Amino acid sequence: MSLESSGNGAAGAPKISLRGVKKAFGPKVVLNGIDLDVMPGESLVIIGGSGTGKSVLLKCILGLLEPDAGRIFIDGEETTHLHGREREAVLRKFGMLFQGAALFDSLPVWENVGFGLIQGQGVGRREARERAIATLGAVGLAPEVADLFPSELSGGMQKRVGLARAICTRPDIIFFDEPTTGLDPIMSDVINDLIVQCVKDLGATALSITHDMASARKISDRIAMLHKGQLVWVGPTAEIDRSGNAFVDQFIHGRADGPIQMQIRAF
Amino acid sequence: MGFLSAIGRTTLGFLEALGKITLFTFMALSHCLRPPFYLRHIGRQMVEIGYYSLPVVGLTAVFTGMVLALQSYSGFSRFNAESAIATVVVLSITRELGPVLGGLMVAGRIGAAMAAELGTMRVTEQVDALTTLSTNPFKYLVAPRLIAGTAMLPLLVLVADIIGVFGGYLVAVYRLDFNASTYINSTWQYLEFMDVVSGLVKAACFGFVISLMGCYHGYNSRGGAQGVGAATTNAVVSASIMILVLNYLLTGIFFS
Ligand SMILES: Nc1ncnc2c1ncn2[C@@H]1O[C@H](COP(=O)(O)OP(=O)(O)O)[C@@H](O)[C@H]1O
Ligand SMILES: [Mg+2]
Repeated sequence: MSLESSGNGAAGAPKISLRGVKKAFGPKVVLNGIDLDVMPGESLVIIGGSGTGKSVLLKCILGLLEPDAGRIFIDGEETTHLHGREREAVLRKFGMLFQGAALFDSLPVWENVGFGLIQGQGVGRREARERAIATLGAVGLAPEVADLFPSELSGGMQKRVGLARAICTRPDIIFFDEPTTGLDPIMSDVINDLIVQCVKDLGATALSITHDMASARKISDRIAMLHKGQLVWVGPTAEIDRSGNAFVDQFIHGRADGPIQMQIRAF
Repeated sequence: MGFLSAIGRTTLGFLEALGKITLFTFMALSHCLRPPFYLRHIGRQMVEIGYYSLPVVGLTAVFTGMVLALQSYSGFSRFNAESAIATVVVLSITRELGPVLGGLMVAGRIGAAMAAELGTMRVTEQVDALTTLSTNPFKYLVAPRLIAGTAMLPLLVLVADIIGVFGGYLVAVYRLDFNASTYINSTWQYLEFMDVVSGLVKAACFGFVISLMGCYHGYNSRGGAQGVGAATTNAVVSASIMILVLNYLLTGIFFS
């Protein structure tokens, strides 16, 4: 498994580094020793079946869940067990697009997008509104959308607003949790293009989750596959078709028979 | 054996919940006292709790006062004590019925709304989104609700007291043919400052408990729509029970 990447910052210290991260919920082991390095400026995509713990992995890195064992480093500093103000300081480096967009439905669109500016950085409401509208423009939404409420938007528009919220504070690191799930193929491609564009514009490091292979190929420099709590394969996107890994082959071709046995029951 | 282990499990579960609630309360209180304060949210919650609960609480109070006057008339006339009706109405309303019935009505309205709102935010990952946007959910969601609940319930109950006494007056004067000025005089005659104040202190405690239960159950809800439904029910039931228990304890402290 190589660490080389086609991103612009392959050299130097990793942006995000995980060592032996484990997480279980009661008897159910979700992550069982994850080692992973994400280099500055690269875009890594984690693929894997539903319920394999991809979202849990992101939440551990963000500190929304605390790992049972292992260590997590961001910019070389350990963040595994940070709380309170120290955690808030680390989180200022991050932008996150949630699986269901997770927009605040009591706030209008512009306040959703400018939330990190107003609450996190103390920017005034007027300026935040202007910057929010500019960011909405960057994801292809008209200024009229700014005063609507999230419940008035279609799924694709909600994802765009979620994307705008994730990038509005110009973070160093952006996480995308299943950005294209639930969208039609054309809208998926639009979102993929936006992700590539935004990440490039910001020069950010991106970590995404998906089980949509078209999306994974488009937005990633490297791909990692999560199965049964471990990363079974990590490699450059160009090599995914000749990985020689039975798990990866089965996943990218979407075959029912192979080494991955779909769990019909949860336990 | 099965019986014993069931008792043990229930006891442990109860103690665990008690511990969690205590921890939640201390966390929430510490965030109520330290900046940043989200004044905009405190204001919005005050309007939601105080202003929009007025009709429900007012209606409860006016009918309670009316019923009290009717009931005590039919009872007291048996030993010619009709003159005590005004005092009975005003003391019952200010000391007990205003705060308790008002509290229970608000528990149904506000406790449920808070649990449903926070629960939905939890299961749709909005609470996680707050955290990733460097905003502490305790400060942003829980603290404003606790502050607003504790501050607004006394005001609501004060209004309820006035409306309740007025309800009693209406029935006494227009249905039972009491003399209006005599009734008003005897209303004031035996009313002490402490009667009203004790009721308002109770109301503040109930307001705190209602918001606390709404936030606690909403914040910790799990598992989709069903989880939110369960959180809502639990918030209302636990707040109502705590109001009744607290009411007894506080009455014991005030009038022992
Ligand atoms: N907060 C939680 N409590 C208990 N179990 C959880 C929690 N979060 C996730 N899980 C479990 O962890 C597993 C992985 O979930 P998730 O990471 O959301 O999967 P996915 O790979 O589809 O994103 C699931 O089986 C889920 O039931
Ligand atoms: Mg997921």
